[in-house]
This record gives sequence, C-alpha cells and structure tokens, in this order.
Amino acid sequence: MGILEVKGINKRFGGLQALGDVNLSVVENTVHALIGPNGAGKSTLLNVLVGKLAPDSGSVLFDGKSVLGRKPHEINQMGISRVFQTPEIFGDLSVIENMMIPCFARRDGSYRMHAFETVGSEKGIIEDAETMLSDVNMLEKRDMHAASLSRGDKRRLEMAMCLVQQPRLLLLDEPTAGMARADTNNTIELLKHIRDSRDITMVIIEHDMNVVFSLAERITVLAQGTPLVEDTPDNIKGHPKVQEAYLGETAVD
Amino acid sequence: MLGLNKKDTMFLLIVIALTMATPFLMQPFSEGSALAQFNGGYPDLMAKVAIFGIFAIGFNILFGLTGYLSFGHAAFLGVGSYSAVWMFKILSLNVFPAIILAVIMAGLFSLVIGYISLRRSGIYFSILTLAMAEMSFRLAYSVFTPLTNGETGLQVRPSDVQLLDGPNAPEYPNIFGLLISDSYKWEVAGHVFTFNVGFYFCAVIAIIAFYISLRIFRSPFGMMLRAVKSNQNRMSYTGLNPRPYTLAAFVISGMYAGLAGGLLAVMDPLAGAERMQWTASGEVVIMTILGGAGTLLGPVLGAGAIKYLENIFSKINETVLHDWFAFLPDSIEDVVVFILSRFTGHGWALTLGLMFMLVVTFLPGGLVEGGKRFFGMFKRKPKEPDDAEHHPETPPHVAE
Repeated sequence: MGILEVKGINKRFGGLQALGDVNLSVVENTVHALIGPNGAGKSTLLNVLVGKLAPDSGSVLFDGKSVLGRKPHEINQMGISRVFQTPEIFGDLSVIENMMIPCFARRDGSYRMHAFETVGSEKGIIEDAETMLSDVNMLEKRDMHAASLSRGDKRRLEMAMCLVQQPRLLLLDEPTAGMARADTNNTIELLKHIRDSRDITMVIIEHDMNVVFSLAERITVLAQGTPLVEDTPDNIKGHPKVQEAYLGETAVD
Repeated sequence: MLGLNKKDTMFLLIVIALTMATPFLMQPFSEGSALAQFNGGYPDLMAKVAIFGIFAIGFNILFGLTGYLSFGHAAFLGVGSYSAVWMFKILSLNVFPAIILAVIMAGLFSLVIGYISLRRSGIYFSILTLAMAEMSFRLAYSVFTPLTNGETGLQVRPSDVQLLDGPNAPEYPNIFGLLISDSYKWEVAGHVFTFNVGFYFCAVIAIIAFYISLRIFRSPFGMMLRAVKSNQNRMSYTGLNPRPYTLAAFVISGMYAGLAGGLLAVMDPLAGAERMQWTASGEVVIMTILGGAGTLLGPVLGAGAIKYLENIFSKINETVLHDWFAFLPDSIEDVVVFILSRFTGHGWALTLGLMFMLVVTFLPGGLVEGGKRFFGMFKRKPKEPDDAEHHPETPPHVAE
C-alpha cells in the first residue's frame, strides 16, 4: 500500500466533471508525476489533496489516515507540503525570516506564540533555517527582501521552506512554469538533489516533458478528469493511448 | 537591557526622554509673546497626546503588523471609559482598579467582536468591525442606559458608594491619595512649565505600552503577524492557522484601546457614548496612517500631531484671524479671513482631511518616512552602486 491512496474521487463544477473516479496510489520515497493536457484535472486533484477543495465523493488516505475534511494547515501538519505554480513566499519578509516561519510552525504549531521572546534569541531555529538555506545555495541572500529575489530564487526559497519542515510528501504544481531554460535546469538539479538526499515522496505536476522524464519514477496520465494509464516513464513514452491524448509531438523527437 | 538589543535600548531611552520632557517641548514660547498661543504644554492636551498615543500604538499592532483594518476600535475605548467610571463609582477613586477593569473589559469585548469579525478579511472585516462598533454606540444610547446613563453620560456623583474609600478619601481620581489634577508650575525666564500628575501618570503608562509594543514587534509572534499580512495562503500551507494570531493581535489592540479609554476617564471622570462613534474609530486610523502604519514610532507621532494641531487650529477663530490680517486693506482682509476661517476653528476637520490626503499621496510611509527623507538629505550620499539590479534592496527595518 502506498503512502498516498486516492480512491474514487469525483468532483463536479456545475456541469463539468473535473474529476471522475480518480484512483491513484503513490509509493513511498518515489517521484510520481501527473501529466495530462490542460483541463485534465491535475490541479483540481492537487487542491483536493491539500484540503483546498472538498471532493463530491471518494477518499484520500495519507499514511493510512484520511485527509478529507481537514483544513490546509492540519494537512500540512500531517506531513504534506506544497509548492505552488507561482511561488508563494512571504514577500514582505527577509529570506531568513521566510525560512524561520516554517521552523516555528514545525516546532510550535499555531497556538504557542512567543510574544515576549526576541527573534534573535531563537538560536536553534536560526541554525535550522541557515542550514537549509545553505543546502539550496542561498545562504548569501539570507538578509535580502524576499520580494526582490529572482523568479528562480523565489522558487528555490519556497522549496527550502517546504523541505525544512521535513515533509513526507511534497506536492509540486508546475515547478518550472514560466521559467527560463537555465532556471528550469537548475530546478531539475535541485529536485534531483532533494530526491536523492532524503527520504521524501514527491508528486509533481508538470507540462515540461524534459522535467518529467528526468525526475519521475512513475507517471500517471490524466485526461478529462480520469486517469488514462499509469506506468514507468519508458513505457509511457511509447504508449499509443498517451501519444494520442497528449504526447504526440514530444514522443516523436 | 530589558531583553532589547543595543539599538532598541537607545531607541527606547530616547522615547522615554522625549516623553518625560514633553512639558518643555510643547511649551517653546514664553508667556505673553505673540507665539504663546501655539504653546501646547497644558496638562489636558499633553495627557491627551499620551492617551491617544497609547490608542494608536495598540491599533498599530493590529493594522500595522497584520494589515487588518478595523473601523471599530472606538468601541473598546468606550468600554474602557465606562468600566473605569463604574469602578470610580462603586469601588474607589484610586485609578488602578479603574484602569485594570478597563483593560479587562475591553479585552473580553474585543475577544467577542474579534472572534466574529475575523471570520472575514479585507473590506468585509472592516465593515463588520464598523457595524459592531456602531451597534455598541447605539446600544449605549438605548438598551444599556442603566449601565451607560444614555445621552447624559456616566459620571461620578457625591452620592456614589466607593466601597474601598474611607471617609477622608479624596473626592477626585487619585493615585493612592495623590490627586490626578495636581500640578506644579515652574516659571522661568517668562516661560511657564506645568508638571501635572495626570500627565505623568499617562506618560509612564504610555512608555510601558510602547515598550510592550516594541517587544511584540521584535518577537516571533510579531514576525508571524507580519507573515499574516504578507501571505496568508503560504501561512496555512506551512501548517499555521492564521486565525489565532490575528485574534490575539485584535485582543491586544482592543486592550490598548480599553487602557486609553480608562485613562481618558482618569483625566476626566466622565464617559459618554460619543466616544464609541465611528468618527472616533476613524480618528485612530488617520493617526496611525498619518504617522506611519507598521512603524513603532509612527502612531505616537500621528497622535501627537493630530491632537496638537486640533487644539491649535480650533482656537483660531475669526477674531484671531482678523487680528492677524489687520494690516491688509479691509476688502482683501475680509476675503482672506473668510477663506482661512473655513479651515480653522470649527473647520479644523477640513485641514485634517487635506493634510491626510497630502500625506497619503506624497508620503505613503507617513511622518516617519518624511522624517527619514528629511534626515537622509543631510547624510553623505553613498556611492551609487554600479549595477542597481544586482544590489537588491534589503528588507525595511521595522524600527524607527
């Protein structure tokens, strides 16, 4: 049984069947890619997993526990972190403060507020934050205003913020969307480094097949809200149904 | 010192020195000189500056840090005033029970209103707080008349019991016997400086309030509040529920407002419902923005500037204006006086409105930003970095 078990998820928006009977099993410590044409329901599925959308029916089990009906922050506390299509960081704060917030969240949760300590006295938290920053090669930018970072650095920071919480499952929504070639390659390297250096399961949505085939160990193809096939990257490349639905040109070259 | 780093300790000491020296600073002109009318060094005004400073410091913890704009904070000010006067009536004319109850009641009241209002954010939150405060104001006039004494306002009467006070206790708010209204006047070289017990009491409490706010700004809690303002979405996906943080900030700022309301009652043991009206809520918003929302000193500066100018401008009536422009030919004098009198005396609100518009347009960071720019002009200009794009700005420091 996988760490993430999605069974029979249905979601309708008015007359549109966004997700129809989606089943998905993600094996622990693998990278699992979700691909499919626009409107296939990839992002909807991700939103169901993190508690942003409630499905009409079905079940989602993470490590044997149901995530449905829980709020996003509760699901995060179960060990699921999410990277967004446009990096979601605390733009008004400095890079190191951005890193400290997930550290505090992991240690204290939402209800221990420390109104009478100073940020500077939290040595352990600062150390964790700095270690993670140097792990993603951003330590020299620790005091910069997060909003003034480049797009690639924002993405890097967001991933570091997720990773410092030591999640068991990392969800990535098009992590290279809108990036220049060089930034995309950096992101692939970073993700490979993450995959190989820690025990983590990743579910990645991506349009860039280069990214998908260099990272994923399993691929699920979604079309019109339903999983079409699930297989290894090599088999997906040659699968006639997939080529027909989506890959056409990419598989030819 | 006191859990602050060197820079903040200096900052706090400067604030303490300035507060303690207020009777001198606000009385720069000698008695009898033509400029004496611009003196602001009388106890009532100085205490008001301190009290509204406290109000704005508290409001800034909510608005400046979390970005939640409340239009109902005057309700907590009113609750504080009523609670304090009730303490004067029932328990004692000593000020401590009064302000303690004021803070507690305002805290409880803001917990209820905050819990309801914080279910929404942005403009909906503002409207909810506005509605709640107006509701409180109307209720104080009608249903709660037994508690608030309706339109007359709640006041201390000779017939009140004052359970803790002995037969010889003072008939006026006091600090263990020291009357709030007591003043010491010091005349030197034509200047008259007034040192008033009430003002110094408010000033000491204002300094404590400022110190607490400084600690909150520097704490992990303060950082979380700034995170709420910056990106609530990321916050929930980082495993943090923003609600407890915003509610805590709301209650803290409500307690500050209650403290201010209690102190208003200490200076003048009378509480009326008009203190809860939306215009009073709007005033603290203007103070905070005018001084610089999200900065430590801004709200105090805003409160000081508005209360001082209000006082000065309200005094300038048509007679004073005619006096000033007597040197002009009559026909021109009348026109000048007619125009200027729209902006002074009862027209002070018009000046305030213009001032607010100018500050918001040209100095979005408020007076604090103005001060920084002003002092920045005298500093030696650092050498221009050769490639601006690769020297991104550092985050703004939340002090100053």
